[in-house]
Amino acid sequence: MTKTPRYWRENTSRYNMIGAKCANCGKNYFPYRTMCPDCGRKSIGKMEEFRFSGAGKVFASTVVHEAHEQYEMMKPYILALIETDEGAKILGQIIDAEPEEIKIGTRVKSTFRKLGEEGKAGTIYYGYKFVKE
Amino acid sequence: MRRVAIIGVGMTEFGELWDQSFRDIGIMAGFEALHDANVSSEKIDAMFVGNMSAGRFIEQEHVGALVADYSGIAKNHIPSTRVEAGGASGALAVRQAFLSIASGMHDIVVVGGAEKMTDVGDAEITNIQSATSDQEWETVFGATYPSLYALMASRHMHEYGTTREMLSSIAVKNHKQGCLNPKAQFKREIKLEDVARSPPVALPIRTLDCAPISDGAAAVVMCPLDIAKKFTERPVEILASAQASDTLALNQRRSITEMAASKVAARRAFDMAKLSPSDMDVAEVHDNFTISEIMAIEDIGFFPKGQGGKASLEGKTSLNGDIAVNTSGGLKARGDPLGATGVAQIVELVQQLRGKADKRQVPDARYGVAQNVGGTGATVIIHVLGVEQ
Amino acid sequence: MDAGIVSYGAYVPRYRISPVEIGRVWGLDGAGYGRGLMIESKSVAGPDEDVVTISVEAARMALKRAKISPQKIGAIYVGSESHPYIVKPTGTIVAEAIEATPNLTCADYEFACKAGTAAIQTCMGLVKSEMIEYGMAIGADTSQGAPGDALEFSASAGGAALLIGSKDIIAKINATLSYTTDTPDFWRRDGQMYPSHGGRFTGEPAYFKHITSCAKMLFQKVGTKPQDYKYALFHQPNGKFPQRVAKMLGFTPEQIATGLLVTKIGNTYSGAVPLGLSAILDEAKPGDRIFVIAYGSGAGSDGFDITVTDAIGKLDRAGTLPVRKMIESVKQLDYGTYAKFRGKILLSEG
Repeated sequence: MTKTPRYWRENTSRYNMIGAKCANCGKNYFPYRTMCPDCGRKSIGKMEEFRFSGAGKVFASTVVHEAHEQYEMMKPYILALIETDEGAKILGQIIDAEPEEIKIGTRVKSTFRKLGEEGKAGTIYYGYKFVKE
Repeated sequence: MRRVAIIGVGMTEFGELWDQSFRDIGIMAGFEALHDANVSSEKIDAMFVGNMSAGRFIEQEHVGALVADYSGIAKNHIPSTRVEAGGASGALAVRQAFLSIASGMHDIVVVGGAEKMTDVGDAEITNIQSATSDQEWETVFGATYPSLYALMASRHMHEYGTTREMLSSIAVKNHKQGCLNPKAQFKREIKLEDVARSPPVALPIRTLDCAPISDGAAAVVMCPLDIAKKFTERPVEILASAQASDTLALNQRRSITEMAASKVAARRAFDMAKLSPSDMDVAEVHDNFTISEIMAIEDIGFFPKGQGGKASLEGKTSLNGDIAVNTSGGLKARGDPLGATGVAQIVELVQQLRGKADKRQVPDARYGVAQNVGGTGATVIIHVLGVEQ
Repeated sequence: MDAGIVSYGAYVPRYRISPVEIGRVWGLDGAGYGRGLMIESKSVAGPDEDVVTISVEAARMALKRAKISPQKIGAIYVGSESHPYIVKPTGTIVAEAIEATPNLTCADYEFACKAGTAAIQTCMGLVKSEMIEYGMAIGADTSQGAPGDALEFSASAGGAALLIGSKDIIAKINATLSYTTDTPDFWRRDGQMYPSHGGRFTGEPAYFKHITSCAKMLFQKVGTKPQDYKYALFHQPNGKFPQRVAKMLGFTPEQIATGLLVTKIGNTYSGAVPLGLSAILDEAKPGDRIFVIAYGSGAGSDGFDITVTDAIGKLDRAGTLPVRKMIESVKQLDYGTYAKFRGKILLSEG
């Protein structure tokens, strides 16, 4: 029933959009990786925590009408792949916007929202969502 | 490496099979295939079972052992292995069997693909389906399995001008084919407008763009080509088996308007078979969503990048088109019991190449290709089959 | 050692519902209630918002403006009466979300509508005693009113964060004191979804008595009169009460206008005074003096005498909105959607 450690472990990454940057080649990734796919072994021990600013633009978007349980209250909602200004793409919900306002290329920034909860008695988990810039 | 043949096929009807349990359907398909191959179960050397998620659907793991047991051969103590690669579990089982025969390890091998999806409620089915995408970074952030394909569709429409109508034409074609397939879940035609008007799931994907929830099982019997003629006059050879992987999550893919794993697996398969896409007469591709078929026929190499939608709308992938795609009705109309689909695709190709596809028959079909996908393209498995002239 | 506000941030959800719409469903004269309470609309938290998310948004804005390292924050206190957990602090989630962990102290506060200002006082104490360099005091709420009850017309959502320190102060807190008694005017028992209140008992013996008593104590302590202040800010459960208490104490309507947000967003409970203060700091000039009396049922008033410093012009407001601008962006809800968002509809359990 409770998956608390699994959610807790990702809190810092989810609250603060922290991924990885390869000190060897400079490429950034989200989520964090312990190894750079491009640099392979040369990157072991050289992956740094990298904080994304949350700014970016819409790369692809959809409006979700049939949702998982924890998103029932929000449907229909906009889900998008955001191309961050730093390079990596991040998937998230776009809130406080109507579908007509969101197109490929629309600029967004990140914000902090409730992602879900493990039932009425369980823990609540939080993380990033996006709003129009 | 030895050459490998398929000597028998079988499958249950696909659909909501309320009266039948997982054990029932697994065994039925297997027996039909053994009967078709004229092989007694005593002769089976090994078994491979493709099943995506019996652990969550019916709380049962260890289904390799279960299927061997309920096939009556627990007493023979054969190796029986369950394999999983999301929706590609069926093709993975076919591939593992192929490798085991090609390597010389086993001779007569049975492959079964089975899934019993309707023993849990809709909400749980949705949860289980999304388990093949990235749970931590896609599902937790609001992605459903269809929504990830919707992102691919959104981008494909943006980059190539693929239209609503093109997507709908895939569903219409496959339903038309389903009417000709006695084992199909849906045997009724639909119109372009029906698809466009169906309830939205994750735009642009609508209900009739999506393969259904299904129960079902399919099975094939395989053996080395050089003994196949003992069992059947017209063995179908597996000319190539290829598998490729890619990033689990969409956000890390190089491109989301194609499945790189499809392109790589196709190239490897055609290289291995020493054939090209234009040699194919018939294809079974993974149309879990209509956009998937469009990407598949581009990735496999039937049509140039971005032209898959147009080709479909123009009828080039219909039964008498340039390349007959999903003559079985595809996942859309035949049904998609997750672990069974990959094996069912092979069953259809075998029937086509034997000339036994009845009203769905592609005339003089000699070569066929099957493409089976796991997740949003993190695994793609492709097989090329052929018969002697 | 001086202590005061170094920076501040605010957040109000964009959803609104009008008294007319609430009245329509319950067969009440919604327009009349609106006029009587002087509330045009109230803010409503979206389904993915709660006191944690509001606090994080406000705290992040305060930090963005302050340009200090979050690691220098030695304390975070979040005051609310709608913390998402009864046991497990909101404050630690905020601390993690602003990267202030692990060297800090933290706790959640409850004192009805004045939990946020109580947090300010605590931070001041820790700063003045040099136990910490900076403290973050947050007041935020997503309060509920029972369906059809008078409180449903006013109970709203919002919050603000005040970064308290002794360096680079933009508004010096010259003095603070409180007037506290055991007065049960408004309460909520454990396990109850909606609060209960004493009707008219919440007026004179509660709100007015504590605010005026605290105000008089503060005037006496710092030796001032109403005319000495550019701005006055009182707790605002509706638009009428702060107007009346201002008049009782000798303040003019102009003095309370800037901080009076309740007419637009309703009563944000623990967020009310912190948000009002934020609205004032959005426009206050060096030398402006601010008189603040918060009120929390149960009951008590926290009073503050504040003088804006020259440093206020140096606060980096780039990329952040003043409160009055932020609350212009609205989305109106019908009662059904409002009830759905606020968890007032019985959902199936299976």
